[in-house]
Amino acid sequence: MSLLILCDHDRGTLDEASLEALTFGRELAARAGIACEAVVIGAGADTALAPLATHGAQRVHLAGHDLLTDYGPEAWGETLTQLARSIGATAVMACGTDRGNEVLAHVAARLDEPFVANCIDITPGDTWTMTRVQWGGSLLEDATLDAGIRVVSVTHHAVEATLADTPAEGSLVHFTPELGVEAVRTVVKDRVVLTQGITLSTSPVVVGGGRGVGSEDGFAKLEDLAGALGGVIGCSRAVTNNGWRPHSDQVGQTGTRIAPDIYIAAGISGAIQHWVGAMAAKNILAINTDGEANMVAKAGFAVIGDLHKVIPAITEEIIRRRG
Amino acid sequence: MRILVCVKRVPAPGSRINVSDDGQAVDTAHLGFTTSPHEECAVEEAVQIAEKHDGEVTVLTLGPAEAEEQLRYAASVGAHKLLLIPITGVDWDPQRTASALTTAISDIEAADGTFDLVLFGNESADAGGFQVGIRVAHALERPVVNGIKGIDLADGTASARREIDGGFEVYEVPMPAVLGIKEGINLPRYPTMKGRLASKKAEVSATAVEAVAGGQARVRLHRPLEQVSETVILGTGPEAAPAVVDLLEELGVLS
Repeated sequence: MSLLILCDHDRGTLDEASLEALTFGRELAARAGIACEAVVIGAGADTALAPLATHGAQRVHLAGHDLLTDYGPEAWGETLTQLARSIGATAVMACGTDRGNEVLAHVAARLDEPFVANCIDITPGDTWTMTRVQWGGSLLEDATLDAGIRVVSVTHHAVEATLADTPAEGSLVHFTPELGVEAVRTVVKDRVVLTQGITLSTSPVVVGGGRGVGSEDGFAKLEDLAGALGGVIGCSRAVTNNGWRPHSDQVGQTGTRIAPDIYIAAGISGAIQHWVGAMAAKNILAINTDGEANMVAKAGFAVIGDLHKVIPAITEEIIRRRG
Repeated sequence: MRILVCVKRVPAPGSRINVSDDGQAVDTAHLGFTTSPHEECAVEEAVQIAEKHDGEVTVLTLGPAEAEEQLRYAASVGAHKLLLIPITGVDWDPQRTASALTTAISDIEAADGTFDLVLFGNESADAGGFQVGIRVAHALERPVVNGIKGIDLADGTASARREIDGGFEVYEVPMPAVLGIKEGINLPRYPTMKGRLASKKAEVSATAVEAVAGGQARVRLHRPLEQVSETVILGTGPEAAPAVVDLLEELGVLS
């Protein structure tokens, strides 16, 4: 009787989102009266173990196999499925990241059980009841889950990772799955690094532009400001659809989710599609000619005016103060 | 080259989503509908692959009879065959949806041959279950990778690129394969007038498929509590710049 939590790592570097799942999961397991266990899979996993016990993992499974060379959704899904069966887990969980949701979908398919993605609240019982996010967080769904083994993910950023009041034992157990070559037909074969250092998802400052920027060239002013602040450029879907910026700059439900110290949203109306990608920002400054724009209403701070005049004035003021 | 794309008809909300009185669906009285964005890109990708490799694109949807609109749109941008699995009432749960799609795909393949590629969107814009494509792939015993933003085909292998922070990963997936597509893989074309006219005459096959409900059930939809916060207006026009920079200093981002 246990809740088994997948802790993701990338070549030995633990994904901090996994600690959110442990924080959420250890409280859920306590309420359900079951043990909280963690698993880390594949090569390099042994260097990602340290924080798991302090965040509440009573047992930590280290799953290894010669074929588990790098991340692979099918291989990880198959491994997690076999481990869940082997220890008699009654629930399997991960953080609702791209990888977390992907692996859990494989687990659910293999177990022929439901998978409830992106929960923000779960009440255990004979039937579990939960609240999950739809529309990237613009809408919530109350749902029920009847299953032999419950497979659920917790929405990324829904809880803050915290240390357990008392560290769990975290005893280490090795597990070797039975894997055939068909399980590793989707393992990462190669990686290409395009940007080193800060990226849109990690930058403390993001300067975003929307339809109001007006053109590809219009972004030069935003780039100047981003440069002065050591930040990066983001944009809305309208901008990407117009071909003014690459999709990798897009903030939103179908783009990147950002969580900077400040998001400067210029000429962005604030449609739901964009807002759900920006709402984790600690502060938002909207710059818009329309004081009634959704983005202005939702932002903590706003300047009403033409971004083409306001943005260069801000950049100049920063340079002036720095002397 | 035979390619299948599974799409979903979803509401197209602007700045606010409202829920119907019974809490079972989005209130669409004042909304249009569209193809879920990742899937619109999947259709475009399929059409581009078909153009390059002399292929045929079939588009399949499970949804209300009105989802014919999304199938015809796919035809207007180059899809060849359209298939609807009609359902009535509220959305089917992910297990039930995947089961019905698997049945339909198996039936088509038994008659016309295996699809080299089956494309899904990474997740639907509305329900966001993150699983239907993977369930179908598992049932069909085919490899599947999600989050794909680039595909190259050669010698029976799909080389698929997946965006990660600051770069991408490459997967070499043997075909027949299933891929979950993300927006940004391409910029979907707009239908031409000729395409639009042709799509009106395109044949839409409708086949009812039975499937049993899964273990996840909807109780109700509701809007999250909004944090009501007063927006602090720092000023109007470029004269607001000093106040903005004061704020940036206060937040400690002017290092």
